Amino acid sequence: MAARKTTKKPNVSAEELKTYYREMLLIRRFEEKAGQLYGMGLIGGFCHLYIGQEAVVVGLEAAAKEGDKRITSYRDHGHMLACGMEPGGVMAELTGRIGGLSKGKGGSMHMFSKEKHFYGGHGIVGAQVPLGAGLAFADKYKENGGVTFTYFGDGAANQGQVYETFNMAALWDLPVVFVIENNQYAMGTAQARSTSTKDIYHRGEAFGIPGEIVNGMDVLAVKEAGEKAVAHCRAGKGPYILEIKTYRYRGHSMSDPAKYRTREEVQKVREQSDPIEHVRELLLAGKHATEDDLKAIDKEIKEIVNQAAEFSKESPEPSVEELWTDIYA
Amino acid sequence: MATEILMPALSPTMEEGTLAKWLVKEGDTVSSGDILAEIETDKATMEFEAVDEGIVGKILIAEGTEGVKVNTPIAVLVEEGEDASALPAAAPAAAAVAEAAPVAVEAPAPAAAPAAPVVDLSPDWPADAPMAQQTVREALRDAMAEEMRGDEDVFLMGEEVAEYQGAYKVSQGLLDEFGGKRVIDTPITEHGFAGIAVGSAFGGLKPIVEFMTFNFAMQAIDQIINSAAKTLYMSGGQMGCPIVFRGPNGAAARVAAQHSQDYAAWYMQVPGLKVVMPYSAADAKGLLKSAIRDPNPVVFLENEILYGRSFDVPQVDDLTIPLGKARIWREGSDVTIVSFGIGMQFALEAADKLAEEGISAEVIDLRTIRPMDTGAIINSVMKTNRLVTVEEGWPQGSVGSYISSVVMQEAFDYLDAPVINCTGKDVPMPYAANLEKLALITTDEVIAAVKQVTYR
Repeated sequence: MAARKTTKKPNVSAEELKTYYREMLLIRRFEEKAGQLYGMGLIGGFCHLYIGQEAVVVGLEAAAKEGDKRITSYRDHGHMLACGMEPGGVMAELTGRIGGLSKGKGGSMHMFSKEKHFYGGHGIVGAQVPLGAGLAFADKYKENGGVTFTYFGDGAANQGQVYETFNMAALWDLPVVFVIENNQYAMGTAQARSTSTKDIYHRGEAFGIPGEIVNGMDVLAVKEAGEKAVAHCRAGKGPYILEIKTYRYRGHSMSDPAKYRTREEVQKVREQSDPIEHVRELLLAGKHATEDDLKAIDKEIKEIVNQAAEFSKESPEPSVEELWTDIYA
Repeated sequence: MATEILMPALSPTMEEGTLAKWLVKEGDTVSSGDILAEIETDKATMEFEAVDEGIVGKILIAEGTEGVKVNTPIAVLVEEGEDASALPAAAPAAAAVAEAAPVAVEAPAPAAAPAAPVVDLSPDWPADAPMAQQTVREALRDAMAEEMRGDEDVFLMGEEVAEYQGAYKVSQGLLDEFGGKRVIDTPITEHGFAGIAVGSAFGGLKPIVEFMTFNFAMQAIDQIINSAAKTLYMSGGQMGCPIVFRGPNGAAARVAAQHSQDYAAWYMQVPGLKVVMPYSAADAKGLLKSAIRDPNPVVFLENEILYGRSFDVPQVDDLTIPLGKARIWREGSDVTIVSFGIGMQFALEAADKLAEEGISAEVIDLRTIRPMDTGAIINSVMKTNRLVTVEEGWPQGSVGSYISSVVMQEAFDYLDAPVINCTGKDVPMPYAANLEKLALITTDEVIAAVKQVTYR
C-alpha cells in the first residue's frame, strides 16, 4: 500500500474534487446498503463489495470519453455506478427484481448497459480480459477512436488467457487499457503466496506492453495515470497496463470470514489511506468546501441510496414468463 | 430515530447463527464500519459491522445465544439524546423477507399425446433451380465470401485462415478478396482468440471463428458457453452475441483419440447456443449463410472427410436454409432413420441396401441439432412406428439418446419397437487401422439395427 501523497498540490478544480467525492461516496454508501440488504436476506447468493477501491473506477471514469467502453469481473457495482448506471436499477438487480438492469436474471455479478457502454459483469475469473480486448478489436475495426477499460484483479492475473490476450492485443495494437485492480488478495490468498512477481504490470513487458504502478487510494493519481494510458491507446500505440494498488475493506464476498489478514491491517488502511477521506481533506484544506457543504453532499448521497434500496424492495420479482425469455435473440 | 439491528445472513445458505460475542456495549457510540459483534455461521465466525451511525441503545440478544434466526432484532441503535428505555419491544422479523422468498415456478404440465406436429416441409430452393456440382469445402467458402461481401461487419479469424489459405483450405482465396483486416491469422491460442471474438461481437461485429478442429475448441469452451451463450439471458436481453464458431468436428482418419471427437451432444445441451451439423454441400452453404446472419451464437460442426465430397448445389442468388429445419432425404414407410453430419452417409447407404431387401426406410437429416426439428422426427415415427438414430459420437448422453426420450414422451403409443441409437463405440479413438474401424459407426450396424426394430 502506497502511503497517501498530500505534498503535491493538486491541479484540479473545486468542482472536480467535489464530483469525485460525491461519486466515491455514492459507491461506498451503496455498498454498505447492499451489505445491509444482504444481511436482511433481500440479496442472495454471492455479493462482492467494492468498499475501499472506489478511487480506482472514479479516477478512471474521469479519464474516459463518451463512447469508451468498460468491462470487469464480478466485483462490479462500483464500475456501474461510476459510469452512470442508475443506482436503483443496480440495487434492484441485486435483489433479483424486474426493475433490475438485467430484469433480475443476472444478479450481482451480471449486469450490462449498452447505453453506458458497460459490458459486464463476468463471473469467470479472467474471462473478461479477452472479451475486453475484443471490444477494443471492434473499436479498431470500426475506426471509431474508442478505448476499452478492461478491469481484472491480482487473482485473475494468473489466468493463462490474460497472457494470450496480452500477446494479441500487443500484436494487433488494440486500444485497450488493462486495469489490474491489485487489492492484494485473490479471495483469501495474499499476492505473495500466489504470484511470482511483486509488480504484476512487469509481465506486460514480455509482450512489449508499457505500464506502471498507480496509487489506487488517490483518485487524482488514478485519473492522471488513466489519462496517460488513454492517450497512448488513442494514439494508436496499442495497449497499456495500469496496475492500481488498492485495498478492499470487506471480505471477498459477503460470506468471507477474512481470517487471512488481521483486523489491524484493515484498520490501518482505513485510517491512513482511505480514498474518500483523502479527497475530503483536500476539499477542506483547500477551502473548496466547508464541513456543512460536505454534510449536504453526504445527505444527498444517503437519500439517493435510500431511494435505490426502496426501489429494489418495491420492484416486483420478474414474472414467471421471464424464465423463458432472452434465451435467443 | 431508533434503528433496529437485525441478525444478518452472512452466507448464501445461512438461516440462523450463534451470537458469539458482542464487541460493543450499551451506550457505545458506533459509526459505519465498526465491528459490532462476532457471529458464528454454519461455516465460520464472522465479524458483523455497523452500517449506520448511532449509540447502542439496547442489546436485545445476549452473547452466547445459539440458534438466533436471521432478521431477529439483536440490538437497537439510537441517536444522541434519544432515550433507549422508551424503546418499543422488539418487532418481529421484517416483512420484506417473506416478500423476497422465491416463488415456486410451476412445472410445465406433461405434454399430451400429440396431434401430428406441424412440420415445415417447404422446399429449401425452387424445384427448377439449376444445379452444379460443388464440394462441401467450396460451398463453405462461398457462403463466407457471399456474407462478407454483403456485410462489412462480418470477418473471419482463426489459425492459418489467411496466408496459409486455411489448414483444410476452406478459406481459400478469402484473404485475397477481403484483405488482412477481415481475414485474420491468429496465434495458436484458442481460449484467447475465442474470447476476443466474443468481445468483438458484444462490440457490434459479426465474427466467424474457425477452429482448426473442434478438438481444440475445448480450450475455448468456457468462452463459447459462459460468455457467448449466456450473456443475452444474463443481460435481460440487452446484449446478444452474433458469432459463428466453425471448423471440422469428429473423426478424420488415423489421427487418434485427441483429434477424433464428435461434440454435437456437448454443445446441444446449452440453451443460448444454436448447433448446426450439415451433411451436403448445399446445406453447408445455406446453413452457414443463415448462421452468419443469425443474431445468436452458432456452433457450426463440419467434417474433414466430407470437405472433399461433391454434391449438387442449387445455383440461386442467395441460398439460405433456416436453422432448426430437418430435411427428409428419402421417404419410406417401414422405419425412420435419423442422422446428421457424416452419420448421414451410413444412414443413406443403409437405406439403399435395405431397399434391396424390401425394407423401406425414411431418412431424416436433422442438419440443425439445436433447435432440433423434433416435429419432423415424430411426424415420421407416427408413419413408420420404428426409429433408429445414427451418429458418430459416444453413446452415453448422445444426440440419439435425447431423441429417444423425446419420442418416448411424445409418441410412445406410435412405437412398435424400442428405439435403437447407433453410435460410435464407448472408447477413446484408437490409432490402429483395424481398431479405428471398429470404433466408428458402420453401415452394417445401421442395417442390423433397422432389422432389429423391424423384426426381420
